[in-house]
Amino acid sequence: MNLKKTVILGAAVAGLLGSSMAIAAEQFIGLPSYRVGPYAAGGSGIYGGWIDYMQMINERDGGINGVKLAWEECETEYNNARGVECYERLKEKGETGNSVFQPLSTGITYSVLDKVAKDKIPLVTMGYGRTDAADGRVFPYVFPLITTYWSQATTMVKYIAGKEGGTDKLKGKKIALLYHDSAYGKESHAVLEKMAERYGYELTKLAVAHPGNEQQSQWLQIRQLRPDWVILWGWGVMNPTALKSAAKTGFSREKMVGVWWSGAEEDTVPAGSAAKGFTAAGYNVAGADYPVIKDIEKFVYAKGHGNMEDKSRIGSVYYNRGVVHGLITVEAIRKAQEKYGKGKALTGEQVRWGFENLDMDDKRLGELGATGFLPPLKTSCMDHEGSGKVKYQQWDGNKWNVVTDWIDADKEMVRGMIEESAAAYAKEKGITPRDCSKEM
Amino acid sequence: MQFFFEVLIGGLLSGVLYALVALGFVLIYKASGVFNFAQGAMVFFAALTFVGFLEVLPGWTGMEEGGRAVFWLAFVLSLAAMVVLAIATEKFVLRPLVNQPPITLFMATIGLTFLVEGIAQGIWGANVRGLDLGIADVPIEYMMDNFNILISSFDVFAAAVAAVLVAALALFFQYTRIGRALRAVADDHQAALSIGIPLRHIWVIVWAVAGFVALVAGMIWGARNGVQFALTFTALKALPVLILGGFTSVPGAIVGGLIIGASEKLAEVYVGPFVGGGIESWFPYILALGFLLIRPEGLFGEKHIDRV
Repeated sequence: MNLKKTVILGAAVAGLLGSSMAIAAEQFIGLPSYRVGPYAAGGSGIYGGWIDYMQMINERDGGINGVKLAWEECETEYNNARGVECYERLKEKGETGNSVFQPLSTGITYSVLDKVAKDKIPLVTMGYGRTDAADGRVFPYVFPLITTYWSQATTMVKYIAGKEGGTDKLKGKKIALLYHDSAYGKESHAVLEKMAERYGYELTKLAVAHPGNEQQSQWLQIRQLRPDWVILWGWGVMNPTALKSAAKTGFSREKMVGVWWSGAEEDTVPAGSAAKGFTAAGYNVAGADYPVIKDIEKFVYAKGHGNMEDKSRIGSVYYNRGVVHGLITVEAIRKAQEKYGKGKALTGEQVRWGFENLDMDDKRLGELGATGFLPPLKTSCMDHEGSGKVKYQQWDGNKWNVVTDWIDADKEMVRGMIEESAAAYAKEKGITPRDCSKEM
Repeated sequence: MQFFFEVLIGGLLSGVLYALVALGFVLIYKASGVFNFAQGAMVFFAALTFVGFLEVLPGWTGMEEGGRAVFWLAFVLSLAAMVVLAIATEKFVLRPLVNQPPITLFMATIGLTFLVEGIAQGIWGANVRGLDLGIADVPIEYMMDNFNILISSFDVFAAAVAAVLVAALALFFQYTRIGRALRAVADDHQAALSIGIPLRHIWVIVWAVAGFVALVAGMIWGARNGVQFALTFTALKALPVLILGGFTSVPGAIVGGLIIGASEKLAEVYVGPFVGGGIESWFPYILALGFLLIRPEGLFGEKHIDRV
């Protein structure tokens, strides 16, 4: 009798332990964030939104199929060396190691590019990094998701053409490209030049030295040049300085189109009234009136678990961009669980498969409470970008307002350039591209 | 020719702003022989504290938001914060390092930079803020109408503020008791101590005055480009100015600022297109290095002679 009781008790304890172990399954996500230093304003917004979304998934849904999300931040200060240190520090953490690395820095991206394939950790570079990494055959572990710089540049020309009355009206127009004098700033040159040849506009490139807090010479040249449009490919303090200089020079802000790193509240608020009328690209939109944001407010902030100290930033461009990072990361893990087992913590290699098989169509975005919040996205072995769509928002002096629908990139042109560049990279590094017909 | 003058005048006005930041370096170097690497961080700290107070004071005091009373109270409180920073720097950084080699003090100011930047963001947050001083950054109509030359009213205002500040500091150094004591300390620490000049008080005063200069510079640069971390980079603009003007000369900072401002703008416009543009960041350093070869002590710097 005693033995029987012991066996039953033992079985019960084992069952309880087993179930508690199942409940304790956690998916670890290392966050190489930057909340101090030169780009803290952007970092705190994006990582804040991302953490809030993951917190909401834990609070509202109890995780992904019962797997709670766990994360740890590592401060990079947007510094390459610290970024690599964070990568190394985070990669072994959690039950299955770090399942994704998203540094929000092109410099850190390049520093860990070769490491991720070896360590089998997907590197997600949403809106930055190497454009040619969209060729998944050469870069199986890198995901420049949603839209790349090259795709964005083609949508900028389409947006301008739309305003001028069609691409045929671009002939003879003058477009000045005011760019941050760095690899990031030069990323658009090849595409804009190619489009200039095709549509006949005259492109003038004006470099602004880092950090961009002095632009008098460039704007005096713009005053002389009298361009029809100015494309602002800026970053940080360069953006408000450009807007203020444009106002000073008398150049209409309505004729300025910014890259998505020029189109946040952090870029327009410091410029005051000078920013009114400025339009910028975005792979996510601003605004708190989306079900996904409402759920964050309801399940996270109402319980006092929110990450943002300044709640007025909820719904800002950078905050919402962080929510997009969360949405896509969670969706990739969910997708990977469908293949590798629901309710299990997955390895980076398994999550990589999830990123490569994302299918977030309008219906799915609706279920996620994010219709119109980000574009529909479908990735594959060939295409790690997945969308190429961009919306344009205009600053009215107080907030960003969406002024276009999703504009498609010139995929035909961009894809050719991506494959050409990726092939050159593969040759240089001795990489044999994957055969996508054999991938499942 | 009109375009040349437009670039030249714009450059000179920018140069005055560089001189304003360089002035903070000169003051501290003159009085203590310390090259204060933290000057840029002080500009950021001062401006962020000012806009921080502008934000919180209406809530604390019930004063009208954006009103004059809030502005001046925020200014006074920010100035007080810079004095507190000066006292803390003297007590915790300079005093323990008295009689240490200059390189030690320099390294200490590098540490101070990170501390000041961290404290500023820790207290007031990392958000980028706008700052409106009520001066429109628009072209002066008279110049546009008569000469077709674009000169910003804000740049002229900033240059005027800088000029007044320099004149006030020159008078302060020349005609006040504290100013004479400062100059005595600058000339010879030990001789100044032997006649009873309190070195520690002088250091606090000079760091506080540099803090005041940082506050004014931060407000002007902050109103131009927003109050954000990039204000720390203004120090980079001051370095070639110091090399050119000399580390110990107030007039040198002004003249150096004007030369650097004008030459970098002219170089960007007329040389830049031949080398891919974006040369404003390094051209002043090339100019300053070239100048060092001819006159190592700078335009107005003290000639250093060692007996061997």
